[in-house]
Amino acid sequence: MQIKKNIAVSDSGFVFDPTSGESYTLNTVGVEIINLLKAGLHEDEIKHKILEEYEVSASAYDKSFIDFVAMLKNYELVEYAD
Amino acid sequence: MSEKKKFERPVIKKVQTGMTNKFGTRTEFDPITHIDKVPVKELIEKHGSPLYVVSEQTIRSTYQDLYRAFSTRYPKVQMAWSYKTNYLDAVCRVFHQEGSWAEVVSGFEYDKALANGISGEHIIFNGPDKDEAALEKAITKKSLIHIDHFDELYSIIEIANELNITARVAIRINMDTGIFPQWTRFGFNYDNGEAWEVINRIMLQEKLELIGLHAHIGTYIMSALPYGVAASKLANLAASVEKKFGHNVKYIDLGGGFASKNTLKGAYLSGTDTCPSFDEYAEAITSALVRSEIKPEHLPMLILETGRALIDDAGYILGSVIANKRMPDGKRSMIIDVGVNFLFTSFWYEHKITPAQSFSHHTEDTIIYGPLCMNIDIIREHITLPPLKRGDHVVISRIGAYNMTQWMQFINLRPSIVMIDMDGKAHVIRENETLNTVKQNERIPEHLTDINKK
Repeated sequence: MQIKKNIAVSDSGFVFDPTSGESYTLNTVGVEIINLLKAGLHEDEIKHKILEEYEVSASAYDKSFIDFVAMLKNYELVEYAD
Repeated sequence: MSEKKKFERPVIKKVQTGMTNKFGTRTEFDPITHIDKVPVKELIEKHGSPLYVVSEQTIRSTYQDLYRAFSTRYPKVQMAWSYKTNYLDAVCRVFHQEGSWAEVVSGFEYDKALANGISGEHIIFNGPDKDEAALEKAITKKSLIHIDHFDELYSIIEIANELNITARVAIRINMDTGIFPQWTRFGFNYDNGEAWEVINRIMLQEKLELIGLHAHIGTYIMSALPYGVAASKLANLAASVEKKFGHNVKYIDLGGGFASKNTLKGAYLSGTDTCPSFDEYAEAITSALVRSEIKPEHLPMLILETGRALIDDAGYILGSVIANKRMPDGKRSMIIDVGVNFLFTSFWYEHKITPAQSFSHHTEDTIIYGPLCMNIDIIREHITLPPLKRGDHVVISRIGAYNMTQWMQFINLRPSIVMIDMDGKAHVIRENETLNTVKQNERIPEHLTDINKK
């Protein structure tokens, strides 16, 4: 899974999808995860990084990540390699 | 080692441009971490979640605001606490300490008021269902019996004659005050002359003393003007009684029905912006009485039975997040441990729900479900809230009216209720229920004692 290449993400958490013309906002953790996904990091690497940086348990992070990715899919911002 | 950053669930939210959000904008900007200086977290740790909290300070200050609004405009004002709105003894006693009489609508409530130390003469007995035993007690104790229908009138005549005691009675009167719906099911109608007919019959009875006139025009009345109309009509009747019989009624009772600051479902604006102030209600009622045909020296006492507007703000229910879910359409939903069985008023109010811990400015449109395995268990259909995680706490405000009397023991046991006193000390005023609370009144037939035997 990766973020579609044409999706633009600003440092402040503003996301623009040129295909649909839709815009989105992200909170701090959302920006960080989406940037790591864009940089091509694997899910496990992202998890490791977030757990190191933030005060959160592995299970709480996992639940929030599943939900976040579901929303990225819902907004059609991700694609899967063949 | 440097401290780790505070984690907030990652959130992505679509920007809606060019149209207004029909669910309204964000309403919560600050968490409610304390109630009357007591930390919410500490209350939940000590007494569990969910937890009802009643603020004694808010009860007293709201009561004093209402009393001041009326007593500065009218010489004789008396409040009567509406037991059905919240009949927890501790709550009733705060009102009684402030000077309220009791207004009850059943034999059970009548006994509760007596047990709270209220004398019979200061109990107003309303409602369509007063059985003979309760009427006998009320007549004997000189209570103020507000007659609802002819059957009751004739029961009172019979009992009073049998006891050879004069019953102190008023009649409840319904009327057109220009509002919809018009409550016509209680009492006798003013506009078709029924009320005047009843008054005449009462005045001819030796063992009945017509002591007052009562109206209760409805509930959550969002305008003060109908109260002015009701007060005028009751004053007309009082003046007519004086003219025809030379008898002065001792009081006019305008009942309750003042709106609290809650927001009704479907309302465009918040209840805090749209509901009349106590001063507006007071101005409408007292002006109508003062300008009436009643002679100034015979102005009757004004009684008010305000319930909802006096106690709603003083009640909170604290809850915790059980789970976050994502609906198939992408909408966020959150399950909390407060269900509609503990928050009956969520069927008609958009209750204010605030996180009890700090949060960022990011929000999501959310549905809040209660914990019951029932489809109707929805606390808020739409609310804009920051991300909350399992175990976080929420504070639901303005729930003091009816939720602690119309609650249901259903699926879960009812939780504790604490009152925070004027010094910020929390007291349990009703213990949480246990399995035994539910089982103690059940009885098992002999043949079902052994479940292994058929």
